[in-house]
Amino acid sequence: MSEPLLQVSDLVQEFAVRARGGTRVGVVHAVSGVSFQLEAGETLGLVGETGSGKSTLARAVMQAPPPRAGSVRLRGIELVGLKHRRLLQARRQMQMIFQDPFGSLDPKWRVARIVEEPLVAFGIDTRQGRRRRAATLLERVGLDPGRFADRRPRELSGGQAQRVAIARALALDPALIICDEAVASLDVLIRAQVLNLLEELRAELGLAYLFISHDLALVKQVSDRVAVMYLGKLVEIGPAEKLYRRPLHPYTVALLASIPKPDPTARRVPVARTIRGEQPSPIDPPSGCRFRTRCPRAQEVCALREPPLRELDSAHVVACHFPVEDRDRELEATAADELGGRAPAASASGAGESAAGGAPVLGNSVGGRGKAVAGGELRRG
Amino acid sequence: MSALLTVRELRIDFLAAARVVRAVDGLSYELQAGRTLAVVGESGSGKTVSARAVMGLLPSSARVSGSIRFEDTELVGLPEERWRRYRGAGIAMVFQDPARSLNPTLRIGPQITEVIRLHERLPRAEAAQRAIELMEMVRLPAARERFQQYPHQLSGGMRQRVMIAIALAGRPRLLIADEATTALDVTTQAQIMELLRDLQRELGMAMIMISHDLGLAAGFSDEVLVMYAGRGVERASTQTLFSRLRMPYTRALLEAIPRLENPPHARLAAVPGQPPDLAAGFRGCPFAARCPRAQGDCWENTPELIEHEPGHRWACWHPLGLEGSAEPELLAGRGQRA
Repeated sequence: MSEPLLQVSDLVQEFAVRARGGTRVGVVHAVSGVSFQLEAGETLGLVGETGSGKSTLARAVMQAPPPRAGSVRLRGIELVGLKHRRLLQARRQMQMIFQDPFGSLDPKWRVARIVEEPLVAFGIDTRQGRRRRAATLLERVGLDPGRFADRRPRELSGGQAQRVAIARALALDPALIICDEAVASLDVLIRAQVLNLLEELRAELGLAYLFISHDLALVKQVSDRVAVMYLGKLVEIGPAEKLYRRPLHPYTVALLASIPKPDPTARRVPVARTIRGEQPSPIDPPSGCRFRTRCPRAQEVCALREPPLRELDSAHVVACHFPVEDRDRELEATAADELGGRAPAASASGAGESAAGGAPVLGNSVGGRGKAVAGGELRRG
Repeated sequence: MSALLTVRELRIDFLAAARVVRAVDGLSYELQAGRTLAVVGESGSGKTVSARAVMGLLPSSARVSGSIRFEDTELVGLPEERWRRYRGAGIAMVFQDPARSLNPTLRIGPQITEVIRLHERLPRAEAAQRAIELMEMVRLPAARERFQQYPHQLSGGMRQRVMIAIALAGRPRLLIADEATTALDVTTQAQIMELLRDLQRELGMAMIMISHDLGLAAGFSDEVLVMYAGRGVERASTQTLFSRLRMPYTRALLEAIPRLENPPHARLAAVPGQPPDLAAGFRGCPFAARCPRAQGDCWENTPELIEHEPGHRWACWHPLGLEGSAEPELLAGRGQRA
């Protein structure tokens, strides 16, 4: 089999936490043994909340800074350990777009110079050639070069600035673009425009994306496969459609339940029943499964043994001792229906009352404690 | 039944660099006690500015005209001393960024206690007791220990719970949540929204939730007001709005939301362009330049927000779903429209 475009293996990134004076008081386990691969032309969505390590992972893949351990191979070439010019050359085919477009554009430079800069850095083409290339790139991202080439970043809207960042990322004909919350700061309609642009570029140029976001619906929209991160670990990875229809990890279930549904009649499972409490500190992550402190399915073994990633369905991998089964999903759906399921504003029942109403369904059908998604939480109300 | 809050023909102008920016342009709505109104729009639509006017929190460069009646009091032009009677006690607000709303150098407990004692003459110990009750009410775990902690020791979600506790300290009849969950993680956002909904029901408060997200509005409001370029463009009960939306802008907002039901790589229906420059002013409908249904008259006359069907108002010359075309098409085609 041919080599994947990007192969990340057992990647570890850690940062020392020092007290005043420099004494080491702890280690932030930002990324702990993450592996995945990405084929040419494929989009892998990476979902996680603040502190999940998704941005740190992206930066470690870019070698900025290099990871503490593990391997990153781009087109078969190992990036970890490469220095200076050799790293720059090897990394050329991998570009990055960030959340804040203004933060990543030099405010003093004009748009054309910003877009040309990667070409200058690699000594590509003549001055006129680069000008022409910048104009083509601007046109490609939907900005009229006549109107925009001489503007400075402050004369751009957020959407336009992000288009400039995309044009710059395209300058070196990359095979892979890492988008780190690239549309998170944009308004809904502008965000849709930029997402569509990214999709057009993918189809036209055969780009691969590592698409990082906290928004599972957004990631689902653009991705072939989706990976879910929690507290520095990959907990589930699989084809987008499968992961959304049959989520296996309880954390993925909670993420899915948290998505606001633009339909007042949609069935809503109270999020409090799928996840509890707050994310623990990555300085001292929980033993065993890192999600266990918030998991409604957690049992003793979850604190003792770390669940390995295992393939339960073809290409659908999960790290959980008690992955969610079809039966659990059916029960949860029944419980949601019992709750009235729909728009809370019109249904008169309060939260406590609803929970009491739903309890018998799961209570009767499920024997062992913590076996059902909502079993534990339900009784707590 | 008279409304708790009645806003009539509200206009807010800002003077900036010798230009007049009309941030809110003739906005009218009312809100009954105990109900939740979602005000939805993009950046610059005027949703936050109009809510700040209701709280009396606009900078001095703002010129406000029109009427805001809260219970029996006219709030537009109210002198600052009299504002204090309403701010916090009648109307309270929760903001987007809880980190910046709290004093980083003070412990959590005293910050809540201080606000309680502003509203009620309570001995310190009783105020502290009430602060702990409020902290429990907002489901802050281990309230007693948190009382002694500083804001930086709390997560973003917990800080927002503290802000909600502070907002509730004056027992307000109206709570304004201005993008209160936007800065939070998805699972935390959902938990805070569920908390706000439960509190609102328990305490019988009215709520205005300001959001850019129609999805949140669908799940947590009784009524929706959609704003664009400083104007109200569609308003109805949440049920009606989502089942029979009329204003093309509302549909554009709805179609631009990525959905789990869409197959991977589905194109989003994205309207082109950007909102109008409010300093430059516009003629006709502010959405005309981006609207797929715009015709000649849209560029000439500005449509007003008028009640065309019982309880359903829209500001559009060519609304959706009224020319005999099949209604289901309205929602069925989204996500795929060319």
